[in-house]
Amino acid sequence: MAATGELFRHIAVSTARAAAGFALGGAIGFAFGLLTGVSDTAARVFASSFQMIRNVPHLALIPLFILWFGIDERAKLYLVALGVFFPIYLNTYHGARTVDAGLIEVGRVYGLTRAELFRQVIFPGALPSILVGVRFALGLTWLTLIVAETISASSGIGYMTMNAREFLQTDVVVLGILIYALLGKLADLATVFLERRCLSWHPAFAMQGVETR
Amino acid sequence: MTVKEREVWELGSTDKLWTPASGAANTAVEVRISHVAKHFGKHPVLTDVNLDIRPGEFVAIVGHSGCGKSTLLRLISGLDFPSEGRILVDGRPVTRQLSEARIMFQDARLLPWKRVLENVGIGLRGEWKAAALEALHRVGLADRAGDWPAVLSGGQRQRVALARALVSQPKLLLLDEPLGALDALTRLDMQRLVEQVWSRQNFTAILVTHDVGEAVALADRVVVLERGALSLVQRIDQQRPRVPGDASLGEIEGEILARLLEGNR
Repeated sequence: MAATGELFRHIAVSTARAAAGFALGGAIGFAFGLLTGVSDTAARVFASSFQMIRNVPHLALIPLFILWFGIDERAKLYLVALGVFFPIYLNTYHGARTVDAGLIEVGRVYGLTRAELFRQVIFPGALPSILVGVRFALGLTWLTLIVAETISASSGIGYMTMNAREFLQTDVVVLGILIYALLGKLADLATVFLERRCLSWHPAFAMQGVETR
Repeated sequence: MTVKEREVWELGSTDKLWTPASGAANTAVEVRISHVAKHFGKHPVLTDVNLDIRPGEFVAIVGHSGCGKSTLLRLISGLDFPSEGRILVDGRPVTRQLSEARIMFQDARLLPWKRVLENVGIGLRGEWKAAALEALHRVGLADRAGDWPAVLSGGQRQRVALARALVSQPKLLLLDEPLGALDALTRLDMQRLVEQVWSRQNFTAILVTHDVGEAVALADRVVVLERGALSLVQRIDQQRPRVPGDASLGEIEGEILARLLEGNR
């Protein structure tokens, strides 16, 4: 399969879907998380409805999504985005809420504008929490995508394994599972790398070789 | 201390790295607090505070914890506003955050994600790096400019916070128990540094503390805040720089302490 390039085509398709869904859901989650984290009004308006929707397993929405968006790319994209949205939203919200009030006061006393206060104090203060959300979300991305691809797709790793099952090609099924594991691990490594880069000021992250390895 | 005395002391200093604040751009402010009251809900914190502070004066406010010292400081800085009465800084009422005032808090409150130099330069515009480095120099921490705040000791962090407060050449420095969390020796060092900086850079200083010894060592005037109002104003005319453990200072400290404890009964 590697020789014909079919395997890589499947991996590429799945990765592209994962990336697009992650970007979409992540961006929306991040935006809403910051909004509700900074503004009490926004928190009152959105927080409880988000909590309600969050408790619906998003995979349960697959039939609905297929009905609404058909079996083309959009259904998979939106499903992944929905899965990614909540961990990013929740952690961004929590991160922005728990930024040390004393530091925000310092920002005010030292004459930072609202934009500067946000960029120099609130965002970096929320970042450790946001990155935890990113890590959760990456795991969910793959999970959601695989399920979506298993149900309705004509390409991607999920489709490849489902197809293989039909023909009793156990080796291909195992290969598919191994690839999931590999991709998941790669995504995780990427966040660990990101944490090291962005949180080098943090004593817990400045140390070498802690976390996962 | 008179201006003349202050100059003499400055000339006699061995610290050549110091460049005194230049020109009339940096002049200390006058603070007039009249009939200020502040309550949070039904709970009165300050009932009637009256205090005039001359430009360049060093005033210490002492009192029991929870007596409203910090609240008063927040009112002066414009972080919060009085329920009654008013506060004039250089004749203008405080209606928003004072841009000429800087606060030092009990905890240094450095931004952990900014290196020491960037922390000192927070809020500065334009070419800020040289000024920030110079301020770090003054507190003796120029060599730590590239470090994260997390690796500094408590005393070092407070010195960085002092540099950060001073770099913008404030006309009013508000000290909210900035040395309260330091060990005794570091605290004495810091007191000397604060006194030095105050006598060289022209600003009005208001120190809030529960440490009477510290108040007596630093201030021109010590006021006692009790039950929401000032109950005692004590001038301290001792020569500067003051020596820790000076007997006459100790006497004054004793009197103020006696007053504080008596008031508590």
